[in-house]
Amino acid sequence: MSKAPLRIAVAIAWLAALLNFFPLAWMLLASFKTEVQAIASPPLFFFLPTLDNYRGIFAQQDYASFALNSIVISLATTLLMLLLAVPAAFAMAFYPGAKTRDLLLWMLSTKMLPAVGVLVPIYLLARDLHLLDTLAALVIVNTLSNLPIAIWMLFTFFRETPKDIIEASRIDGANVLQTIFLVLLPLVLPGIASTSLLSIILCWNEAFWSLNLSAHNAAPLTAFIASFSAPQGLFWARLSAASVLAIAPILVFGWISQRQLVRGLTFGAVK
Amino acid sequence: MLRKPARAARINTFPLLAPSVAALLLWMTVPLAITLWFSFRRYNLLNPTLHGFAGFNNYRFLIADPALSHILLTTIVLVVAILAITVSLGAVMAALFNISFPGRGIARVLMISPFFVMPTVSALIWKNLLMHPVNGLFAAISRGLGIPVIDWFGSLPLLSIIIIVSWEWMPFAFLILLTALQSLDQEQLEAARLDGAGPVAIFFHIQIPHMARAISVVVMMETIFLLGIFAEIYVTTAGGPGIATTNLPFLIYQRALLAFNVGSASAAGVIAIVLANIIAAFLIRTIAKRLDV
Repeated sequence: MSKAPLRIAVAIAWLAALLNFFPLAWMLLASFKTEVQAIASPPLFFFLPTLDNYRGIFAQQDYASFALNSIVISLATTLLMLLLAVPAAFAMAFYPGAKTRDLLLWMLSTKMLPAVGVLVPIYLLARDLHLLDTLAALVIVNTLSNLPIAIWMLFTFFRETPKDIIEASRIDGANVLQTIFLVLLPLVLPGIASTSLLSIILCWNEAFWSLNLSAHNAAPLTAFIASFSAPQGLFWARLSAASVLAIAPILVFGWISQRQLVRGLTFGAVK
Repeated sequence: MLRKPARAARINTFPLLAPSVAALLLWMTVPLAITLWFSFRRYNLLNPTLHGFAGFNNYRFLIADPALSHILLTTIVLVVAILAITVSLGAVMAALFNISFPGRGIARVLMISPFFVMPTVSALIWKNLLMHPVNGLFAAISRGLGIPVIDWFGSLPLLSIIIIVSWEWMPFAFLILLTALQSLDQEQLEAARLDGAGPVAIFFHIQIPHMARAISVVVMMETIFLLGIFAEIYVTTAGGPGIATTNLPFLIYQRALLAFNVGSASAAGVIAIVLANIIAAFLIRTIAKRLDV
């Protein structure tokens, strides 16, 4: 490409990136304003920043419990899911059989079941089992709905590991456990780490089940933020600060793992 | 894949697979069976005396309701409009970001960030900070320019939802299409350039065809998620004004958890499942082609 069109293309790319990020930057700015400054007209770009909103949120006992719920749900789901997914992906990647292909595609098809189609039975089952508004309910639902993605992602990682290595370590006299923990695990660890990151991101941002199955005790941050939508709750600066805290850790995770996410979110079709 | 399983290394994979398969089997069949069962029952949580077999009445009432066709249309308009915006913008942006330029890594991070923001936060940023008719930034800009202020959620509710969700999903299309583009052979691009092809010709005749499969995967994955748009509507319009922004998921939520009409909600749930399955069939076929086991 010649010089001038190239410069224009790059300028458009940067402009698009800045515009696309602007709503988040604007929210970050609002989180350092007073409530009056946040709704000022014309809007304020320069002002004396305050940390009052953040102080207010940390002083509010509730926020910590919502954040803790998000953390517990994300970590417990990821752990439970790995417990189920790692052996399954391992078996299918290293010991594929005649049915492996069909099994993988069937697992994928379970992800296509729309959550809203089963809202009623899941809600009623949770109610009858006294699991409404409990962390357990959200962990179970998140685990099951993301299990196919985890198995697929791990499967595509495992499949790239040279298979001969198992045979080689066997010939060298390693037993099964030694093979798994000393030879295989170090090789597949990056894949497991990426899968865990994707799982944490998906759980952290999950809103459908969080809004419908939790009230107060088990409500994670997605539901807490939704409570700001009430018309009387027009505390924009406070809302902005709460939002910044809620999304910051996951943004960082997303930036770190963007490459691997493509693989997980397209079931290995694009990488 | 051509790989002879080593005879001595065969292991019994059943205990490794069984827990996942059992969990998914339960997850897939039990709620589905219950939804189907309820959809043929008279069942309202507020009226326990009302029960029994309803035949196709839940479906009949649902279909006879003039609101349903509007709601189905809203569901489809949301999916189609957001797909059109996110895929076309995502493809153009992917082509631009395929050029190496100073600070590209940072610019890419800025581009993809909205995808990692939880939907309730995204919706509230737009609803309050940007689109609010009195205190929002857009209103301030309109006043500054002397043009009429738009009451986004009052007069253009569906468009507002489309804008918010497109902002969330464009990065997804962008990231996947960019990844696909980067696997394009650079020599092929160079050859096209030497033959005198401009950037627009290269985009349409080389890059788009190269991204074709990735585009189809993006379209189908997004469709599955977009058929289920819920949180954005829940925190902004609550389906209104009237039923202007009520899609199928929101209808089911209203019927089940606000009106407690389990039978009717289940019938709507079955419709949602059928709709998603039609698209899922295509998606699975596309992915199966790539799967070499």
